[in-house]
Amino acid sequence: MPLPVTIERSERIRHPLREEGPGGGGPIIASVDIFLQQLINGLTLGSIYALVALGYTMVYGILGLINFAHGEVVMIGALTALAVAKMLAAAGLPAPLVLLLALAAAALVCMALGATIERVAYRPLRNAPRLAPLITAIGVSIVLQQVAMLVWGRNYHSVPQLLPAGSHEILGAQITEVQLIIMATAALTMLGLMQLVNRTKLGRAMRATAESPAIAALMGVDANRIIMLTFVIGSALGALAGVMVSANYGIAHYHMGFLLGLKAFTAAVLGGIGNLGGAMVGGLLLGVIEALGAGYIGDLTGGVLGSNYQDVFAFFVLIVVLIFRPSGLMGEKVAERA
Amino acid sequence: MNPRHRAFVGTALIAVALAMLPLVVGGALGNTWVRVLDYALLYIILALGLNIVVGFAGLLDLGYIAFYAVGAYLYALLASPHFGLHWPAWAILPLGALVAGFFGVLLGAPTLRLRGDYLAIVTLGFGEIIRIFLNNLNTPVNITNGPQGIARIDPISVAGHPLSKPIEVFGVTLSGVMLYYYLFVLLAIAIVFVGIRLQDSRIGRAWVAIREDEIAAKACGIDTRNVKLLAFAMGASFGGVAGGLFAGFQEFVSPESFGLLESVMVLCMVVLGGMGHIPGVILGGLLLTLLPEAFRYGAGPVQQALFGKVLLDPESLRMLLFGIALILVMLYRPAGLWPEARHRRELSGK
Amino acid sequence: MSVLLEARNIGKSFGGVQALKDVSLAIAAGEIYGLIGPNGAGKTTFFNVLTGLYPKDGGEVIFNGAPLPLGSPHEVTRAGIARTFQNIRLFANMTALENVMVGRHARTKVGVGGAVLRFSRAREEEAAIRRRAGELLYYVGIADHARKLARNLPYGDQRRLEIARALATEPKLLALDEPAAGMNATETAELKTLIEGIRADGVTVLLIEHDVKLVMGLCDRVAVLDYGEKIAEDVADVVKRDPKVIEAYLGA
Repeated sequence: MPLPVTIERSERIRHPLREEGPGGGGPIIASVDIFLQQLINGLTLGSIYALVALGYTMVYGILGLINFAHGEVVMIGALTALAVAKMLAAAGLPAPLVLLLALAAAALVCMALGATIERVAYRPLRNAPRLAPLITAIGVSIVLQQVAMLVWGRNYHSVPQLLPAGSHEILGAQITEVQLIIMATAALTMLGLMQLVNRTKLGRAMRATAESPAIAALMGVDANRIIMLTFVIGSALGALAGVMVSANYGIAHYHMGFLLGLKAFTAAVLGGIGNLGGAMVGGLLLGVIEALGAGYIGDLTGGVLGSNYQDVFAFFVLIVVLIFRPSGLMGEKVAERA
Repeated sequence: MNPRHRAFVGTALIAVALAMLPLVVGGALGNTWVRVLDYALLYIILALGLNIVVGFAGLLDLGYIAFYAVGAYLYALLASPHFGLHWPAWAILPLGALVAGFFGVLLGAPTLRLRGDYLAIVTLGFGEIIRIFLNNLNTPVNITNGPQGIARIDPISVAGHPLSKPIEVFGVTLSGVMLYYYLFVLLAIAIVFVGIRLQDSRIGRAWVAIREDEIAAKACGIDTRNVKLLAFAMGASFGGVAGGLFAGFQEFVSPESFGLLESVMVLCMVVLGGMGHIPGVILGGLLLTLLPEAFRYGAGPVQQALFGKVLLDPESLRMLLFGIALILVMLYRPAGLWPEARHRRELSGK
Repeated sequence: MSVLLEARNIGKSFGGVQALKDVSLAIAAGEIYGLIGPNGAGKTTFFNVLTGLYPKDGGEVIFNGAPLPLGSPHEVTRAGIARTFQNIRLFANMTALENVMVGRHARTKVGVGGAVLRFSRAREEEAAIRRRAGELLYYVGIADHARKLARNLPYGDQRRLEIARALATEPKLLALDEPAAGMNATETAELKTLIEGIRADGVTVLLIEHDVKLVMGLCDRVAVLDYGEKIAEDVADVVKRDPKVIEAYLGA
């Protein structure tokens, strides 16, 4: 049987973008720059998780339903944006305009998709046993994935460079412009969403519907419209997140939604599902846990486990949170109530 | 004929039909289709196990295939040149049931108090964890042989005869796949028997009571946590046995066979057939293994004939139809294609 | 008269709202004990703490000489307290008979092995469960409905079925949460007869009720809750005239 192999630094960093970071063949003991680097990577990843998690948490908050298909909506967003971007870039439009138009197209497609899913797969089952909408959601996921595969094929698509490619150095760690843009966009989007929910009439109607659809309806709120809008907004955020993921990793493919969705859901649970702030905190935290975990698991386990276990962290966190603090960090109780 | 007599004759006819089936199928369509029957039986065993969890107790388990994987890898490790161990199947299969059941308890104990949809996600995550470990446990110590999987697994032997080798009985040659068919049929019947008996028992009633109203079930003195755990562990151990059979039958296992889609497929069998209704679940298992095979051979040529070329990849067309079927069944026949009489009454309203 | 149940200083709050404040009461074996109070007085909360559905914040309950395992509904049932629910909770898609058979769960033993192999002991137990369930349906007067799904029973019979299911657990104390809610005068009168019969057969009854007339006509003793506190406890006639009680019902 082979002896334990020392995991090389470069193996810890799996994604194309991260490979540009420092650390190849560096010292065995983790140093500050490695830590900082993984922290930056984690926060970037976490911003994306947070955006996707918002989609889960908004729907859950208002309907008490896990929208299983949300990850696939994100995937459709990424691939739509990619297709539009390639087309426009070939037509010779300037990069920022291409990006903007691609994003708009993706958002529109996803919003329409979100509304359709709600109308077709969830609304008729609103009073059905809990299992029913969960199963239709799985059905929707499969359909979206297969449709994406038929349209875009099984291959990985490389994403054209639309964002500036430069990078900056802080304390020995690299932060790319793409990462900066992702974090800034995510932060601004979340701020905007908070304003929407807490300050506007629509937001008030959403909060009222989440509290009690029946009473909100008595107060003149059109609950069906609000619920559909919730899906639409969540899907738009998903489209944005999809574009970010593909920009971050430089690739997109029909299968990217599943794992991303699952992790984002974990982030939502970690933060406390149904709670917008919780989704953000949970997303960032999960991103950091994953990045640091992947960076250090080799050292921590004496080389027994490598970074190929990165995906295990999310599920591990999920199970631990649900066991010890099912309400999440900032949420309300989720265990079955009387 | 009195009813007792009629039941006996009915049973005998079914037994003869089941015994003749592989010979007829093998003669008419070839051993490939007997092999398809074998897989259908394996899936039926799996679906019957999941039916205890989802159908009887109402717990949505989306990582069920993980228990199948546990059973399959246990068999592979204990009966292959990988570790140089060659345990007999009759020792490994019960052990597989135990180990898979143990994993079921391990996962279920902390999570079963959670609400249904959370349980679904946790089990889904657990399924992925198992798959990731199977894929990666080849370093530093090679346990699972990673993505390559484990090959040259010993076939299942009965009375010293490996089932993969043909045997001649009364001048009829029974091929390996036919021998496996008989083994799987016997086990499937045993599991149906267990399922039916459990359903009409104190335990079965407790499961349904929990599915119907957990709080009322508690008020009736049911220790809901233990009773749910029992369903979870039993389902898991059925999965473990099916996994062991799968490994011995295929003589090869790899992590690829245990993805989320497999879990979803088994779930589809239960849901489409009729949750909690054993004949319905068997129908679901048959349909969902036979139809895709028919698809595999038929979808390409049919498209060729209709459109002059293959427009849609049959594999993805198959998945697409699954997805659509799941949605439609939930919307229009939530109790499945062949629901229990009780559910039928429920569906017809008053 | 021996004390069957003694609750000592039961407290419960929901996020700062004190739903129960040091409620103490004692129920004697063989009596019908009423618990009344205005809406939101904490009656159902007390019920839910007593039957283990809500974790308590403080206090203890001595039942039949031993501390009651509060916080664990199935153990409370095993200890001998059975309950019904204010908004009926039946197993809607099981037949009436099956509902009552589920109630036998705590008093029977057969496990997976017995169920699958059907040893003679298992067969006998199953037959006994079925027989007892049938008797109880007859006892509460809905034997005709045995094979109907619980959801298809008329409202009043659903209440009776819930009582039969509770009785199947062989309780020493039967706790009824507003059993007369939604019933007309005839049905209420029949219910009164049923409850009196249950007591006559040796089961102590704890009754939460809105229908003050029913309570006063049926209960040996009555406790009154107001804002989570017990403000009176005595025989019905005395409680009826207690100024604090009158104020609680009529005042502010």
